[in-house]
Amino acid sequence: MSGTLPEPFAGWFARRGWVPRAHQLDVLAAALEGESVLLTAPTGGGKTLAGFLPSLVELHGAPCPGLHSLYVSPLKALAADIARNLMAPVEEMGLSVTVETRTGDTSTAKRKAQKEAPPNILLTTPESLAVLVSQPEAAAFFATLKAIVVDEVHALAGTKRGDQLALGMARLGVLAPGVRRIGLSATAAHPAALVAYVSGDGRGGGVRRVEVSGGVPPAIEVMLPEGRLPWSGHMGLASAPLVLERIRAAGMTIVFVNTRAQAELMFQELWKLNEETLPIAIHHGSLEPDQRQKVERAMAAGQLRAVVATSSLDLGIDWGGVDQVLQIGAPKGVSRLLQRVGRANHRMDEASRAVLVPANRFEVLECEAAIQGVAAGELDGDPPRAGGLDVLAQHVLGVACAGPFLPEELYAEVRRASPYAELSRRDFRDVLEFVEHGGYSLQAYHQFRKLFRDSEGRVQVMGERVARQHRMNIGTIVEEPMIKVRLAGRGGGTLGEVEEYFVNGLVEGDTFMFAGRLLRFVRLRETWIEVVEGGSGEPKVPAYAGGRMPLTTNLAARVRAMLNDPATWPGFPEPVQEWLRLQRSLSRLPGRDGLLVETFPRGDVHFLVAYCFEGRNAHQTLGMLLTRRMERFGFQPLGFVATDYVLATWSARAPEDVARLFEEDMLGDDLEAWMAESSMLRRTFRNVAVIAGLIERHHPGQEKTRRQVTVNSDLIYNVLRRHQPDHVLLRATRADAAGGLTDLGRIAEFLRRIQRRIRHVRLSRVSPLAVPVLLEIGRESVRSGEGDDALLAEAETLVAEAMGEVAPPGPSARFMPKARREPRQGRLLA
Amino acid sequence: MSAAPIHLGAERLMLEPGGAVLWPAQKLMAVADLHLEKGSAAAAKGSLLPPWDSAATLDRLALLLRRHRPAVTVLLGDSFHDRAGAARLAAAERERLGLMARATRLVWVLGNHDPEAPSGLPGEAVAEFVLGGLVFRHQARPGAKGEVSGHFHPKASIPARGATVVRPCFVADSRRLILPALGAYTGGLDVHDPAIAGLFPRGGRVFLLGQGRLFSFPYQGRAARGAAEALPAGTLPAGQGAFKL
Repeated sequence: MSGTLPEPFAGWFARRGWVPRAHQLDVLAAALEGESVLLTAPTGGGKTLAGFLPSLVELHGAPCPGLHSLYVSPLKALAADIARNLMAPVEEMGLSVTVETRTGDTSTAKRKAQKEAPPNILLTTPESLAVLVSQPEAAAFFATLKAIVVDEVHALAGTKRGDQLALGMARLGVLAPGVRRIGLSATAAHPAALVAYVSGDGRGGGVRRVEVSGGVPPAIEVMLPEGRLPWSGHMGLASAPLVLERIRAAGMTIVFVNTRAQAELMFQELWKLNEETLPIAIHHGSLEPDQRQKVERAMAAGQLRAVVATSSLDLGIDWGGVDQVLQIGAPKGVSRLLQRVGRANHRMDEASRAVLVPANRFEVLECEAAIQGVAAGELDGDPPRAGGLDVLAQHVLGVACAGPFLPEELYAEVRRASPYAELSRRDFRDVLEFVEHGGYSLQAYHQFRKLFRDSEGRVQVMGERVARQHRMNIGTIVEEPMIKVRLAGRGGGTLGEVEEYFVNGLVEGDTFMFAGRLLRFVRLRETWIEVVEGGSGEPKVPAYAGGRMPLTTNLAARVRAMLNDPATWPGFPEPVQEWLRLQRSLSRLPGRDGLLVETFPRGDVHFLVAYCFEGRNAHQTLGMLLTRRMERFGFQPLGFVATDYVLATWSARAPEDVARLFEEDMLGDDLEAWMAESSMLRRTFRNVAVIAGLIERHHPGQEKTRRQVTVNSDLIYNVLRRHQPDHVLLRATRADAAGGLTDLGRIAEFLRRIQRRIRHVRLSRVSPLAVPVLLEIGRESVRSGEGDDALLAEAETLVAEAMGEVAPPGPSARFMPKARREPRQGRLLA
Repeated sequence: MSAAPIHLGAERLMLEPGGAVLWPAQKLMAVADLHLEKGSAAAAKGSLLPPWDSAATLDRLALLLRRHRPAVTVLLGDSFHDRAGAARLAAAERERLGLMARATRLVWVLGNHDPEAPSGLPGEAVAEFVLGGLVFRHQARPGAKGEVSGHFHPKASIPARGATVVRPCFVADSRRLILPALGAYTGGLDVHDPAIAGLFPRGGRVFLLGQGRLFSFPYQGRAARGAAEALPAGTLPAGQGAFKL
């Protein structure tokens, strides 16, 4: 079935000593027959070249001016790197093919030149593509397009950036009918969804699947810290000496961690021990791009021995020279682990080497489960979800900016993007009305509408100002409000950025760890903070919202199965075996299905520990719901804490009737009431409002005062929720939250599964398995919604006590000697 | 609902958790920074925010008026988001203001956003309102005594249990009081911003708005930042050492 390579390609391969791989020939054959392709292959399989070969062959056979192929990658850096790599064959074979990149970094002059004389091959990102299709010249620019190559499809599909790209491709399907798509992907849990994503009809039609299986399976081992095995904690710092030994023994190591805070701490810990001053660097998403690129260049040049990195290095350029990968802390999922392990040794014929370093006992189980999952090829990943209505709103305005459209035609077009294949007429209509005039039940803004309908029923944009404003706000990545970190003094560079809320907690002289340095806070300036190096005292570590991903369902199931099957225990280190044996004799094992709930008194409170294994996000939501229910049952709950495995509550009275506490109706009224007030929903609304264009990130002429232009999204949320609870943006918010931060789907499934299978064990004291979660109390911050007032009251009392004021503290400060607290009802002026 | 008393010079005032200050001796209530029609102002610039902000703000004001029935109501400036705001106000909201003006003496102090009297609305417009020993103006003046003002939309952040709670607040010392903004779409300026802190060289107190009550904390103003340093060592649990107030 594989064909052969035409000249001069065959000769070029031969001169390099390469043999074309079967999948490269398969992709070529399919593409030249006009089919789209989904190519799945492990890293190192020569995927990218396979994606470009058909374009190069076509362009060589029939050179033509204008844009022929569009390559889209999730990373700007990847686009630039691929452009360089592509130039090698083009130049060596003497092809007259032009290759250029177009990203957020491309200069205005260059963009203008590209508009007038498009390159044959353009490498870009989903955001830059959205900008291109929103321009009036889009129709002419893309008319000659023959191929779209999408890299790392598995990382884009199922995300908002993926939604945006899918809509962009649907648009290209109209501007350049018959355009073929080639999707390049790692092996994924839901391949059918990826086929649909790549297809021109959004339903999987006309796509040939080319699979590269195998490669040598990775060699993964578990490494335990010396001395005792920690009961809790996620940082894994106790393993630093062994990590350093591994670094010393290998050429180049990537030390993957799970959060940016963990990266900073592990980096410091390694350098404390690093007497030989091995070149060890740090890499995470909040560092200044310059700093990150410096690290990447040093890696590529082989100047580093190790990089401590977060998911910022999960994707990206093939480094080639990475000898091993260390994963510190829980792997959280098989697919993610494979992605990371694949960063070592990008060659298919050699095993990638990886070492898992669990930070606590539960993580030992999780690491073993992950290794089994890898061996079984059990990939995980969320099932396909419907595309975001906020992204659709941004796209609809973009299409209007390029030219008039008929709503009926656009509806048909967006349904050819797989995330929107099932989009209802009502949702489409509401999104369109939102873009036109806000879509409010109170028709107040007709004079400010952004779109109008002409006499032929076509929708048109209201002038160039709307279009310009739109293009400045394209994109689906919404960041928390960030503040830059700069070194004080002349020539003090920017190190990166931290979240605004972290800065709010800093006072002069506070020290914190960032960019691998110990920094002292000096002062807050307009949009940055000034710091100096050094300082004393216990340093803080900036944390970032949403930094931790929850344990996947598959991995959780494996951990449960191992826990419940003593035959597997001999594989574990002795402390873990002893821990499990004690649990079995003192309480019970959690079991494969159902739910184990332990209750026991401790101090003057009563604990309830539920072994749910549904991941942190689901447990947080469950904790809120459960404590509300306990309140209603009269148990006087005082708090809860959630880990990836377990949920624990404590209350003034002993919880009884545990089965009723966990009844399925838990997801009823309580949920609605709590959700609406929760900080998760507010944060989700903010993202939705920004993406949909309700809140601008940038305003023409006001680029520098970004922080002042933005309107507080909480205030808008409050008003909208009261006056139009079914507004399309609130619907989009609820849909997002259900899938993401609250993990409602997982909770519903869990509650259904455990009914009539709850085992309640009453204990006189804490059980061995419950120890880790109890140790988390006080370390985990409890997310709060309506509880804010209670937190304020507590802080008020604390400060008053500390200041030697009379409690309860009223406004009885020095300057108000006679004042006292006067709780009075009703009117004060009567 | 419980209010907090403070003294400004010789006058005794009550701070209301709804964001108003009450002066029982004069049967006066003051609120600040309504920013009516901020939503439509944003809409004119291309952000089609939900159009109920004026209604929501007037709901708050109406609740305060019903609760306290003041003889005089002073609106401390920036009552409208821009000069044209009053003209954009919908008929229903104009009518509500008319009804309010029949029940109380409505005093519009002019602000930087609304430097002219609102056209076609009841009440009197003044640059400053002086009564007894107090002056009511939009923006605080350095060195003033017995002054009640708005303008800054003060808010404060309190670290608590690993989270930070941010709320609009009153800021006061024995000479001046700055009110939080009442408008539904008005954001806030942190009380540590030099623009606010500079007005309180000897420090003071902040009162954060809560459900039915206020939460009061000492405030350092422009004095040494970092109350934690002034506290006896070990009085705050770990993680609470970062109080700036």
